[in-house]
Amino acid sequence: MSDETPSPGRLVVSPETRPKLPAYLKLRHDVGRGRWILLAPERVLTPDQTAVAVLKLCDGKRTVEEIVEALAQEYSAPKDVIRADVIDLLQGLADKGYVKG
Amino acid sequence: MSEELKGNGHCQTLAVDDEPTEGVVGGADATAALCARAPVGLLAELTHRCPLQCSYCSNPIELERVNKELSTEMWVSVMRQAGEMGILQVHLSGGEPTARKDLEQIVSATSESGLYSNLITAAVTLNRPRLEDLKSRGLDHVQISFQDVDAENAERIGAYPGATQKKLDVARWVTELGLPLTINAPIHRQNIHNVGRYIELAVKLGAQRLEIAHVQYYGWAYLNRAALIPTYDQTIQSIELVERERERLKGILTIDMVVPDYYAKRPKPCMGGWAKGFMNITPAGKVLPCHAAETIKSLHFDNVQDRPLLDIWLNSDAFNAFRGTSWMKEPCRSCAFREIDFGGCRCQAMAITGDPRNTDPACALSPYHGEMVRLAREEAAEPPKPFIYRNPRNAAEVVKAEVRALVPAE
Repeated sequence: MSDETPSPGRLVVSPETRPKLPAYLKLRHDVGRGRWILLAPERVLTPDQTAVAVLKLCDGKRTVEEIVEALAQEYSAPKDVIRADVIDLLQGLADKGYVKG
Repeated sequence: MSEELKGNGHCQTLAVDDEPTEGVVGGADATAALCARAPVGLLAELTHRCPLQCSYCSNPIELERVNKELSTEMWVSVMRQAGEMGILQVHLSGGEPTARKDLEQIVSATSESGLYSNLITAAVTLNRPRLEDLKSRGLDHVQISFQDVDAENAERIGAYPGATQKKLDVARWVTELGLPLTINAPIHRQNIHNVGRYIELAVKLGAQRLEIAHVQYYGWAYLNRAALIPTYDQTIQSIELVERERERLKGILTIDMVVPDYYAKRPKPCMGGWAKGFMNITPAGKVLPCHAAETIKSLHFDNVQDRPLLDIWLNSDAFNAFRGTSWMKEPCRSCAFREIDFGGCRCQAMAITGDPRNTDPACALSPYHGEMVRLAREEAAEPPKPFIYRNPRNAAEVVKAEVRALVPAE
């Protein structure tokens, strides 16, 4: 067991984080049920509209703050409310290994 | 799926789908309406051939022969039908799925059908070019079993010399290729002392996920229970260890745990309810509501060679036999938990009480519960019995039943 892959530490999501979905996580539109789903190893998640809007912006280039600004414009909502919600959502997903920094 | 993995407010994890599915329309009565949604998962047991001979195998004692296995075309058709009816994930399993020379074509069919594919392998016969090819065809995830973290004991349990190094090699290739990796740790009395080291191994290998899968006593495992069942104290200690480590490794390693239900007070909601979210197809094409269902001899199982998959899901007698709650006897029928645990496992009720409609004896309300626990505790207190290795010769001997002498690992 000499040649092991180092394990990344826990991601703590901040406004500067550039979140992205790991390659194994598939965000797909489930045509039969008319909704979005996240497929992961042995997991099926059903993100709501807000989560889908956030996840679609997680491209590894945008920072959390840029995502917050984009959503604040799109939904005409206060940034600090959105920021708290987005960080909470992304931290929850990061702790399950579904979002990387 | 484990409790701690419920999502937050914006993202729910689901085991059984309650969303109606377009094109999946049940009949008018209450039971039929229950299945008016597609299953989430499909377990495709591609073959019962396996290079390992683990005594805890959940396959049925009567292993399916090679000449009964479904054709490539049939498996490709199954994957297409699964995608069309709204199934989301497919687990390619066995036996050892890589024993099928046409695994490549089957994997292509899963990705063309939009299914999330999971290869469940012992990994001892998988080489790197083949793994690369499977990835290029759209394989989404690989799960590798380790019989123990100590090579010598692992290779005694699986009866395959040199297995550990091969598994380590394949695990490394999986992560190098950017595929997600799950380590599967089948836990029993002969490796339960190593749960902590399994967690270390999974982190070292860069796995996203570890399954601490306490053996469930079906098929070969039921036959080998006295060789496998840990004591109550060992079980509790291992559960507590996992709970501590989960917290420490948040965001680094997901640890799923399947606990042995013999020491529980409430039964597990087996399969999330019979025929609610899951289908299993045997190497010969029989479609089952769970992988152990063939032990219930009174059921008739339809075959994908004779009927469309969706028709079987909706109308097969075996699927409708224990759907909902109307089949229940007391104490399940009037129990407040009947829609939560669905009376537990039908196959365990069958194995231990002889009637699949009885309450799962893992439930403290079952009149068989005390006896089952007493037996388990007694077996766990005795020195372990020798393994009855899972191989075709032992299968033939066990089925004959009157023959006592069983062969060791071949």
